[in-house]
Amino acid sequence: MAAAPPASRLKPAVLEALAGIVGRENVLSDPEDLAVYAYDGTWDDAPPDAVVTVLNTQQVAQVLALANAERIPIVGRGAGSGLSGGAIPVQGGIVLNLARMDRILEIDAVDMCAAAEPGVVLARFHAEVEKRGLFYPPDPASLKQCTLGGNVAESAGGPRGVKYGTTKDYVLELEVVLAGGQVIRTGGKPVKNVTGYNLTQLFIGSEGTLGIITWIRVRLIPLPPAQRTLMAVFPRLEDACASVTRILGAGIVPVAIELFDTTTVKCVNAYTGIGLPEDAEAIVLAQVDGDAELVVREIAVVAEQCRLAGAATVKVASSNAEADGLWAARRAISPSLGRVAPNKLGEDISVPRSQIPEAVRRIQAISRRYAIPIAIFGHAGDGNLHPNLLFDKRRPGEIERVQAAAGEIFKTAVDLGGTLSGEHGIGLLKMPYVPLALSPDVISLSKQLKRVFDPNGILNPGKVFP
Amino acid sequence: MAVAIADPPASGLLGLPHGEQLNACIRCGLCLSVCPTYREEGIETQSPRGRVNLIKAVDEGVLHPTETFRAHMYHCLDCRACESVCPPGLKIGELIVEARGAIERRRPQPLLKRFILRWLLTRPSRYELFVWPMRLYQRSGLRWLLRASGLLPRISPYLATLEALLPDLPPRPLRQEVPVISPAFGEERFRVGFFLGCVMSVVFADASRATMKVLRRNSCSVVTPKDQYCCGAPHISEGEFDTARDLARHNIDVFESLNVDYVVCDCAACGAETKGYQHLLKDDPEYAERARAFSAKVRDISEFLVDVVQIDGGLAALEGQVTYHDACHLCHAQGIKRQPRAVVKSIPGIQYKELPEADWCCGSAGDYVLTHQERALKILERKMANVNSTDADLLVAGNPGCMLQLNLGVQRTGSKARVVHLSQLVEAAYEAGERQGAPNGGGPAR
Repeated sequence: MAAAPPASRLKPAVLEALAGIVGRENVLSDPEDLAVYAYDGTWDDAPPDAVVTVLNTQQVAQVLALANAERIPIVGRGAGSGLSGGAIPVQGGIVLNLARMDRILEIDAVDMCAAAEPGVVLARFHAEVEKRGLFYPPDPASLKQCTLGGNVAESAGGPRGVKYGTTKDYVLELEVVLAGGQVIRTGGKPVKNVTGYNLTQLFIGSEGTLGIITWIRVRLIPLPPAQRTLMAVFPRLEDACASVTRILGAGIVPVAIELFDTTTVKCVNAYTGIGLPEDAEAIVLAQVDGDAELVVREIAVVAEQCRLAGAATVKVASSNAEADGLWAARRAISPSLGRVAPNKLGEDISVPRSQIPEAVRRIQAISRRYAIPIAIFGHAGDGNLHPNLLFDKRRPGEIERVQAAAGEIFKTAVDLGGTLSGEHGIGLLKMPYVPLALSPDVISLSKQLKRVFDPNGILNPGKVFP
Repeated sequence: MAVAIADPPASGLLGLPHGEQLNACIRCGLCLSVCPTYREEGIETQSPRGRVNLIKAVDEGVLHPTETFRAHMYHCLDCRACESVCPPGLKIGELIVEARGAIERRRPQPLLKRFILRWLLTRPSRYELFVWPMRLYQRSGLRWLLRASGLLPRISPYLATLEALLPDLPPRPLRQEVPVISPAFGEERFRVGFFLGCVMSVVFADASRATMKVLRRNSCSVVTPKDQYCCGAPHISEGEFDTARDLARHNIDVFESLNVDYVVCDCAACGAETKGYQHLLKDDPEYAERARAFSAKVRDISEFLVDVVQIDGGLAALEGQVTYHDACHLCHAQGIKRQPRAVVKSIPGIQYKELPEADWCCGSAGDYVLTHQERALKILERKMANVNSTDADLLVAGNPGCMLQLNLGVQRTGSKARVVHLSQLVEAAYEAGERQGAPNGGGPAR
């Protein structure tokens, strides 16, 4: 069925003005360009009216001032790898491409912090700070392609969250362009800072709805010299979950404790050929870090606790290469699901750790009830689970079933004392479920706040709050 | 303003052989991290994910197959780095060349392109003839005069770059001077067909001569049929599938009659292409099975030396720092990364230094340096910064396109590295052994 090709609805004068700000080569409005800026890392589509590539803060400010005056939606975008539909321009307008603002401006080993532009790819940022013996822990699985700016806008997490927290725990200072084009700075270089409201934290995870982040300073920590990783295979899911409480109860905070269910293991095996055991209900992957002697002691305790919890086998990786292989398998999960079904809806509910077994049981029941395969994996150590609904959007009625099943998963999370999203953000796809998690008063207050920052509603409209 | 080349197909389908894969892109964006054009431009349209979704939109009839669409398809280097990382395993490069084919079928082909692809590049005797004037230019003093005058860069930097790209041409193409049968040194273990790459034969005859000699030292008789044609890689890359199939059928006929155990290539593009004959001709009832048999015999020289003959002796020590550049059509298209490194490291004396981003395209990419020169040179700049960071004396590669481009990079950056084919390095080590009077006289003991 042929839909009309996307076409820019912006007035020629506006396109001309944009070209005046960023140069003609940096304003894209051909249908071909609009079509490929219609999506992010999810399955949904909505084309913008123009794509504007910005190279510095001043250009961002001028574009925003123009968009504000003309009431044109602005959607910030890094790599477009987000998993909540946050970068999809549902109301058209301008996609602001920040991918080329990708300089690392400063790595300060004395004050242990680094400053960078939002388009820097996370893996490159990691590599540069680690070269200097420093460490920036947040590690979303998309780290090879995602950008630091996108991480801040979504408050991205990752497996290391158990010990090291997420993006929100590292940002010290931001430069933000507001809807009208004013450039502000929040926070500062000092680690301790309680002067005024904590606007920095307000922008973190605001998903492009309050301002466009153009400069970021993050805190760094010393790079731990050694790591050890183990894999434990559990015949029973409950036991795998219980191992998490046992490990923490033994006084050890691992860097990461990851859980894969059987469906996930099968997908990863099919994709990587790594040969994880498929006959168990759950596999736990855990990592400790610190100095060389400490990690040997700690991994032994983690192994012991896994055995006590009921693991059938526990294998400590004997080399860094072996450990890297296991973590590569972890990062391969999300992509490997793509081999099973053409579309997937990757959720990231967060529940108290103690509720993980119950959450998994209920999600498995939802999967059966709606006849939608759901692979469950996630960060068991901090209660952040990734049920991935696998489907084919071309099959009639399937999207509706997926949405209904997703709705039930969100209800489950909230019922168990949890929330909708741990690290992906609400974006577009989880927006309808926000009232499950937030009270009408909180939603109303949030919307008032939004109006203060963005009175004309140009910043990523149609996202987060329904 | 975009002009429609043709009405969108009524079915909403471009009819691509790999078309079903268009629905398999999960849009994760991992391919962005390895795409040279995305790295340079930072826009989705210049990324593998963008290209796949663009093709999908045209295939579904959402977009028209416009001139802009066509141009975007040719912005791809066809380096296949994306295929090496794509989680659902999409043949992204394949989809892009198939899309080129689908577009080209729908539009009248320009005369020059028809002349080059359908006439010039279909017979070695034809393009060999066309190399003559260039050789004359280099040897008559005209080149000296032009370079000394400094005129060309002022008239056309574009042409000046192309002029600098062309190294000294050998007196004659290799094809014209090698015998059909070159016997093994010592007892014959394998009878090997040698696939002459066009550029190898015409420009890098010395390198291919080294390949043949290395094969003979390793107990192989080398059969080099003179009536073989181009592999078809330039044709596929320009969407000229029918001509490529004709060439493939001819080459299969030629090599079938020789009764060889293997067909060895020393050009990465030829190797990738001839290994792909089985896919190219899979719907040809007469040739499908024969193409499978032919493709199964093809080996890159590095692959042959390590996995088949297991090269293990007679290599004498050489000096210097050596680094290795992965040709895209070796590492991404054929998955060959281990073998060339194993060969280099088997040579005593040299210090091997791994090239940062070794598997990134150098920007040569077939005719990319002709069609998209500015970007090709930016990509080369990145490659040369990495090369120069290794402080290597020798830069080893396994593909003539890369060698041309890297030579250009050496000139432009004043690098001390000398570009050589893997076979030349190996042959140098054998010759050093001969000079030292190695007991097994220039060949491994068997």
